[in-house]
Amino acid sequence: MVGRSVELKTFSSRDIAWLAFLALLVAVPFIPAIAANSFRLHVLILILLFASMSQAWNIIGGYCGQVSFGHSVFFGIGAYGAGMAVVTYGMVPWPGIVVGMILAAVVAVIISYPCFKLSGHYFAIATFAIVEIFNRVFLVWDWVGGALGLDYPIIKEGIGNLMWHQSKVGYYYIALVIFVIIFGMVRWLEGHRFGYYMRAVREGQETAESLGVNSTAVKLIAMALSAAMAALCGSFFVQYNLRVDPPMVMSLDMSMKFVLITILGGAGTLVGPLLGASVLIPLQEYSRAIWGGLGGGVDLIIFGILIILMVVKQPDGLIGIIRDVRRWLSKKRTKEEL
Amino acid sequence: METFIQVLIDGMLSGMVYALVAAGLCLIWGVMDVINFAHGEYLMVAMYVSYWLGFLANVDPVVSTVAAGAFIFMIGALTYKLIIRFTIGKPGLVALLATFGLAIFLKNLCMNQFSPNFRIMSDTWLSGKTLHVGGLIIALPQLTAAVLALIVVGLLYLLVNSTKFGWAIQATAMDREAAELVGINTERIYILVFGIGGACVGVAGGIMPSYLAVHPEVGSMFGLIAFICVAMGGFGSIPGAFISGLLVGVVEALAGFYIAPVFKYVAVFGLYLAVIFLRPKGIFGW
Repeated sequence: MVGRSVELKTFSSRDIAWLAFLALLVAVPFIPAIAANSFRLHVLILILLFASMSQAWNIIGGYCGQVSFGHSVFFGIGAYGAGMAVVTYGMVPWPGIVVGMILAAVVAVIISYPCFKLSGHYFAIATFAIVEIFNRVFLVWDWVGGALGLDYPIIKEGIGNLMWHQSKVGYYYIALVIFVIIFGMVRWLEGHRFGYYMRAVREGQETAESLGVNSTAVKLIAMALSAAMAALCGSFFVQYNLRVDPPMVMSLDMSMKFVLITILGGAGTLVGPLLGASVLIPLQEYSRAIWGGLGGGVDLIIFGILIILMVVKQPDGLIGIIRDVRRWLSKKRTKEEL
Repeated sequence: METFIQVLIDGMLSGMVYALVAAGLCLIWGVMDVINFAHGEYLMVAMYVSYWLGFLANVDPVVSTVAAGAFIFMIGALTYKLIIRFTIGKPGLVALLATFGLAIFLKNLCMNQFSPNFRIMSDTWLSGKTLHVGGLIIALPQLTAAVLALIVVGLLYLLVNSTKFGWAIQATAMDREAAELVGINTERIYILVFGIGGACVGVAGGIMPSYLAVHPEVGSMFGLIAFICVAMGGFGSIPGAFISGLLVGVVEALAGFYIAPVFKYVAVFGLYLAVIFLRPKGIFGW
């Protein structure tokens, strides 16, 4: 018995829950009810994508406490990296994805360095301004396709071209891989020294510095990491949509979506982005499918009200609700035991 | 040279309207430390109020701007009562995201009710009239809006700085608990501040349909520009917001004319970044 409990220590129950969850996700396309219905698979792909994207934001916004509204820029750079590799240069998207990720990290460091001197709302508004600048520049920049954007040609499907036409199952597994990469990385960061540095900077920059943490370096590295992951998600987004133009990826609404999902789920927690995406994305997709035809806007009207309600009622996010329920249950249990 | 002065004047006229939109936001930000993301949507709603009054009851925007101001005052007070009240004391991001939800709601409600079509008011009292001063041409609708904006910002400044009510607002902004100790009803101040901030943008939106088309997306860019003006001016400083409003208007006009129309917002946002990197708390910030 003793030996067994020692063995279990290397694998916490939390990790086992995660592995079981992943196994379930791998099995999803084989569940006939979902596999037969491409809309359900589409919703699942978007959940995985936006959970990953929000997790990327969570690195800098949640763990490191720098609330950036500029992540659609990095998302867009990734999208354009893959898009231009395929459309402009007629290659496979892979080199474009890598270049996009590196470029996003470099751009993130360059623009964040001066921005990190700003505090609170000034930082937030500076990131709005950056999104708008990138949006306008890409709109008139002919080399990246300008306002027309990039339209994918129909080419052979498969993993090489990262493109599937017959079914969405291929996209689903790629989204799952991205999800595992980003969530795995953040899980690893949580226990790593750097993860503690980030949280220390979030809780109090001066205190962290007095203990010898180089807060500027921590923030810049976190931002670069976050931007590279955002670019990875962006490149998947464009491969999935087979089209990209500036308002589609580099808009304030896109940035807000990443922030909303993370805050809704619970910022600075590993499961938060997944929780947030699992609620917000089906809400968005199903409300659009159901009310989208009713003379536009009804889905977004309801969406707006729900955002207000959720943000105002539970600012800690869904994870806060789960925590409350757990606390309530354990209280009840102790009462029964007494 | 004449062209330059012409562009400069056009920029200043639109700058004054930006200043009025920003002044309302500035008051709310300064007193409650809340960024109202739905500020641009208030403007859009005010424009619809003015448009429909003109279309259905034949009221000129110059008159209905008062009604629009009163209407947005109520919407502002209601926003406080229903949403902002619950976010006070929580992290600043909560109010921002909640008002973002409100912005989506208002924008799509108008989209749903009034369709996304551009609506233009024709034959108002001022439409198409111009003033010729020397070689310069000044459009009368824009001039009226600018003068109105100047008056309202001036009144707002006087209200905050030289009335008893204004001192109560300032006291609440500095320290809510201390203000309550000396007998100020801070809850009422908050409601009125949100209402007055709304009324400013309501007046601006009310007069605008005489020269600008109304559509559900019209407010977004004005809202963003108002954020820029307020942050550039410095935390809660009405003169700061006014000056940066003018600056934004002038830069926008010059960049639009001398570089390319698409670059006018790049120039405006670039200006903000340049100013904020030099003075991280804005021109008048401390």
